Formats: sequence, C-alpha cells, structure tokens
Amino acid sequence: MNTLVEALGLSHTVELLSLSPPGWGGNLLRGLAHSLEIAIGAYAFGLIIGLFGAYGKLNGGPVVRDLLGVYTTVVRAVPELVLILILYFVGTDLLNRVVTGFGYERVEISGVAAGIWVLGIVQGAYATEVLRGAILAVPVGQIEAARAYGMSPLLTMRRVTIPAMMSFAIPGLANLWLIATKDTALLAIVGFHELTLETKQAASSTRAYFTFFLAAGGLYLCVTLLSGVVFKRVERWARKGQRSLREAGS
Amino acid sequence: MSAFRAALLPHRIVMILLTLALVAWCAYSMRWDWIPKYADLALEGLWRTIWILIVTTILGFLLAIPLGLAQAVGPWYLSAPAKAFCTIIRGTPLLLQIWLLYFGLGSLFPQFPWIRESELWPYLRQAWPYAVLALSLSYAGYEGEVMRGAFSGVAKGQIEAAKAFGMSRFTIFRRIWLPQAIQNALPTLGGETILQLKATPLVASITIIDIYAVASRVRQDTFIVYEPLLLLAVIYMAIAGIIALFFKWLEGRVPVKAR
Amino acid sequence: MNIKKILAASLAALALTAGAAAAQEVKIGIAAEPYPPFASPDAAGNWIGWEVEIIDAVCTAAKLDCVITPVAWDGIIPSLTGQQIDAIMASMSITAERMQTIDFTDAYYNTPAVIVAEKSMDIAPTKDGLAGKILGVQSSTTHQAYAQKHFEGSSELKNYQTQDEANQDLIAGRVDAIQADSIAMADFVGSEAGACCEIKGAVPSDTEVLGLGVGAGVRKGDDALRDKLNAGIAAILADGTHDAITQKYFTTSIYSK
Repeated sequence: MNTLVEALGLSHTVELLSLSPPGWGGNLLRGLAHSLEIAIGAYAFGLIIGLFGAYGKLNGGPVVRDLLGVYTTVVRAVPELVLILILYFVGTDLLNRVVTGFGYERVEISGVAAGIWVLGIVQGAYATEVLRGAILAVPVGQIEAARAYGMSPLLTMRRVTIPAMMSFAIPGLANLWLIATKDTALLAIVGFHELTLETKQAASSTRAYFTFFLAAGGLYLCVTLLSGVVFKRVERWARKGQRSLREAGS
Repeated sequence: MSAFRAALLPHRIVMILLTLALVAWCAYSMRWDWIPKYADLALEGLWRTIWILIVTTILGFLLAIPLGLAQAVGPWYLSAPAKAFCTIIRGTPLLLQIWLLYFGLGSLFPQFPWIRESELWPYLRQAWPYAVLALSLSYAGYEGEVMRGAFSGVAKGQIEAAKAFGMSRFTIFRRIWLPQAIQNALPTLGGETILQLKATPLVASITIIDIYAVASRVRQDTFIVYEPLLLLAVIYMAIAGIIALFFKWLEGRVPVKAR
Repeated sequence: MNIKKILAASLAALALTAGAAAAQEVKIGIAAEPYPPFASPDAAGNWIGWEVEIIDAVCTAAKLDCVITPVAWDGIIPSLTGQQIDAIMASMSITAERMQTIDFTDAYYNTPAVIVAEKSMDIAPTKDGLAGKILGVQSSTTHQAYAQKHFEGSSELKNYQTQDEANQDLIAGRVDAIQADSIAMADFVGSEAGACCEIKGAVPSDTEVLGLGVGAGVRKGDDALRDKLNAGIAAILADGTHDAITQKYFTTSIYSK
C-alpha cells in the first residue's frame, strides 16, 4: 500500500489529508459532521413545516391556503442564497424580539441552530408540495373509512393518512434530503464552518486546491450515494403490501 | 378573466389591501435613498445575471442531449461515463464545483508559462469562463437525467415507421426522435430553468458582478441590510415569473401529443 | 388545523433547535478566513495568530469570558448589530463610515495600506501608476473604500470575499495588483506562495476612508463592554503584554499613538 502511494507521487496528498495535524482530514470530517447535523436538523424541521403546510393547503381555510401559497411560491422563486441571508439576519432579530416581547431572556442562537432554521424554512416549502401531492394520492375511500369509524382528524392522520402516503412521498422526500445536504454548502457564504468552508480554508492555507476540493467532492458524493441506498430500502419497506408503482400505473 | 375574478373573492381583496399597505409601509419607513446612486450598476448586474442564465441554459441543454441519448440507448462505454457525470454533478454542491473550477483549475494554469503567453490567457484570467462552464455543466447534469427519460419515452413504433419510410438514422433523430423528446421534456424545462436562475448568484463568489453582487455592495457600502436583500428577492421573483410565463407560452405553442 | 396551531408548532420546533445559552459569555467575532499573521485556522481546527493572542490578552486583562466566534467578513457588522456576536476584533479599521452603525474601542494597532504586484510589473501605488490595471481588494474593507474613491474609473476593481482569495488571484495572474494591509502583505510576500510578488509602496494617506487604526467594534450604546475592552487594551499596552505578543510575530512595533 505504502509503495503504491509513493509510486503514484501521492505521499504529499496523503499527508495533507491525514486525520491528525499536520493533515487537514480531521477538519474536513468535522466540517462534514456539521454539514450533516445541519442537514438532518433542517430536513426534520422542513418535514414538520411540510406536514402542517400540506394539511393547511388541503384542509385549511381560504386565508391559510393563500398564505401557504405565497410561502411556497416565494421560496421556490428566490435563490436560496438570498433567502439564507434574509432569514439569517431577520430570523434571529425577530425571534429575539418575540422572546423579549414575552418577557423572557434574549436567547443566543448558535450557528448550527441558525443554519437549521434558515434551511428548514426553505425545505419546508418544498416538503409542503411533496407531501400535498402524496396525500392527494391516497385513495379518498381510506380516509372516509377512517372517519366513518369515528377516528379524530389527528388519529386519522397518524394511523391512516401518513402511513398510506409514505410510499408516494418517499421519492420526493429522498430528493429533498439530497437538496438539504447540498444546500448546507451555501452556509459557507455566511461563514458557517461546514464542509465547504472548511475545505476552502484548508485549500487556501496549503494552496492544494485540487486535493481538497476533490476530497470534499468525494465526501459529498459518498453521502449522496449512501443516502440513495438507504432511501431505496425505506421505499421498499414503505411499499410493503402494495403493488409497485409500475404495476399500479398499468 | 378567471384570474381577475379569483382576485375578487372577499378574503383576497383584504389580503391584497394588506399587501399594498405593507408595500407602502416599506416604501415610506425603510431606506431607499441609495437606489438612484446604484441604479446603473444594478442594471448592469441584472443584465449580467440574465446573460449568464440564458447562455448556460442553452449550452447546458445542448450538452444534455448527448448525455440523455447516451444513457437511453448508448452502448455501455458511452452510457456509463454519462451516468457517472450526471451522478457526480447532482451529488455535489454547485458552490464546490464553481470553486473547484475557479480556484483549482485557475491556479493550475499560471504554472505553465505557455498558457500565460497564449492568446487564450486574456479570457482565462477572467472569471466568467469558469462561471459559464460550471453552470452549463450543472444544468447539463440535471437536464441530462430528464432527457434520458424523454428519449426513452418516445414510442418505438414511431421510429420503426420512420425506418420503414427509408429515413436515414440522422434524419430520424432530427425529424422524429429529438423533437418528441424535447416535447416530453418541456414541462420540466421551465422548473429547471428557474432552478438555474436560483443558482446564478453563486457566481458572485468568484468576483462576477451580477445583480446579487451589486446588492452585496450596497449592503457593504451603506450598512443597510434588509432593503437591498428585499429588493433583490423581488427582482428574482419577477425574473422567475417571466420564465414561468415564457415556458407556459412555449408549451401552448407546441401541439399536444395525442395519446 | 388553524394557523395558530401551525405557528405554535413551528415555534416549538424552533425553540427545540435554538437552545438558550448563558448570557455572560462575550462572543468576539473574527473573520472566518485565513488572514495570517493576524488570525488563521490551523490543521487542528484552532485559530492562531497575533490578533487571536491579543484577544486572549485583552479579555484576560478585562476579566471577560470571551469566546472566539468566526463569522463571514462581509456579514460581520450585521452579525454584531443582529446580536449574533458581541464585539468585532478582526483587524477592522475605525472609520467614520462604520461609526455611523457601530462604536469602536481605542485602536490596538495601526498600519499603512500598500499595493502589492508581481515583481516584474511596472506599477506605482498611485492613480496614474495603476491606470488601466486590474486591482483586487477585499469587500467591506477600508482598502475597497479607498480604491473605490481613488482608483475606480481609471483601474478595474475586483472585489473578493476574503483577502486570501485576492492573494490567490494575484498569484494566478488574474489581477495585476492588490491593495491591502502592510503587515499582512509583508507576511504574504515573504511566504513561498507570495514569492512572485513584492510591495510596490504605500498608497497616499487618506484617513477619512483608511481610518484611524484598528479597534474593536461594539454595538452602539454597549458602553459597558466598550469601557471594559478599552481598559483591557490600555492594560496590555501598559504592562508590556502587547509588545511581548508583537515581538513573537513582527520585528517592528505595529502600534503608535
């Protein structure tokens, strides 16, 4: 192994990427951990917004529906970078005003929390649309049957609608997760120490731009490919007992 | 007409009035005195954003056609690289791709004196070739996947019929296959183009002065935070709206395929 | 499902992620970029450099519990006013323009602004000497303000998010010259990467845009913190700590009254 590395003239690269100083590999992995932390948080937050948003769009009053329409349209038309800047500055400002307005102490928002909040709002708009489509795909009869059994709306949602829509929602949700992981890179521009910014700092400190950018690209790709495998499993599980989409379509 | 009637629902009238009140409040109580000073710069930046969007969309789409074709019907030695390319582009953040090209590739070139002396150098030292390359490749990566489906979706019988008419393979491609594939892909093109618009501000991070960079400059020069960002959001929404309308018009012009 | 419930749920979700922290900590914002020899990250993920040691010394002298918080440079003032950080100690010059938005402590170092270019390049640090050339500057710096005031129109200006990117593009030949702080530039041209280039001289003085030295920025009206930091700066200047740290990094003093 070692001779191979030397034969290829890669010993310098290996040294740069090694996990302990003077290698910068540890920094990249820390950055990746931050990226994933923010991506997971934003994804979960986005799903919560999406669930309520989808319900609001389908069952809400006209005002709620229009407001949600404005929300999803705006988020889908304005660049994430601009939204991140607006939400980053406005969000923390606003939250503190609300909190102090209720008479509590000013809260300090960590970088990770701010990242989760801004990306979560963005994710929420897309999740709203994905889940709305999935709920619409659930046969009306199933929901009516649940109502007829006297289930409350919340119980219907928990026991019937959500399980039944999962198989329709998963392809869209898998895509959203990939967007979430990639969007964390945008936080580099606001100065969060996630993978892309760590990479840039390592690259500019050592001037080994190609080495580090390619290494980071490899890390992102690993996350993407691994997630693909996981989501395929989840999809197969969620579709248990159902005909596959292809059969259903024909 | 129906859109007009939809706006006349009572709760919508109230909401429109509230929005107008909000806009009026923004206009009066926020600071907009910087606009005249930066208007020229902003128009230049807007033009640059639109220019980059149009050029990279067209280049990216042209690249997506062979990528889609290779994946749909190509032999493995063409389809495998095409699939790998799409996976890599879609699996890594665009910002990383832009920085890899601009800082990575850009730092390699000057190490070779003959590049610095060549006639290409005046272009290579500017930022826009890297931005155009990165955004075109990105669009091609996403749209290549769409085109794969679009090519596969063209009915076999049509191509067989064309063969029976004695058309050459190229004519079949040009007259039957490609037009139908584009027609198949058209509904997604509008959305993909809006996504491309949303990707353009990333080029500001490699010194290109697009509309986003102008807004950043206003923010830096005057320390006004919200106003330039809000105006920027409105501008992007307007462009996205125009793109959506354009593709709607385009779809309306293309005859609907009988199923 | 009504809107109040949705709002309440989102707020609850947000509260889960926000997490209130102790308020006694003073968050000192630095620029999240390598800016040697003042502040740069090392391979272990720590921040090192002259300014980082000065921050530690000032905070110790002022008995403040400081946490170094890296923030993107071009958003550092909004981060201060938006309360994400409590003070800026990131080689920020005290200028009249910035004083409209934030307050400053007394200066803790001051250095002139210089023009750096490739050794063979025929460039002088004046408007005529830079005419027709491409000049790189970092955004939101006094150097950008200076270049916009004195060189815009006759030279092409390129703005960079970090000083390091400007240095990189100078090496890559994508800009003809850069304008930056003399100490950072002395460090840069002395490094292996910056060997291509040399300092062409200081730009003509203009204190209106170049400012009156580097101070710590605090929110307007946060006089308590400003007074404490001022006391800390005065203390390390008086007891020789400032000189001792300076001697570790530089051969000459970078502080003058």
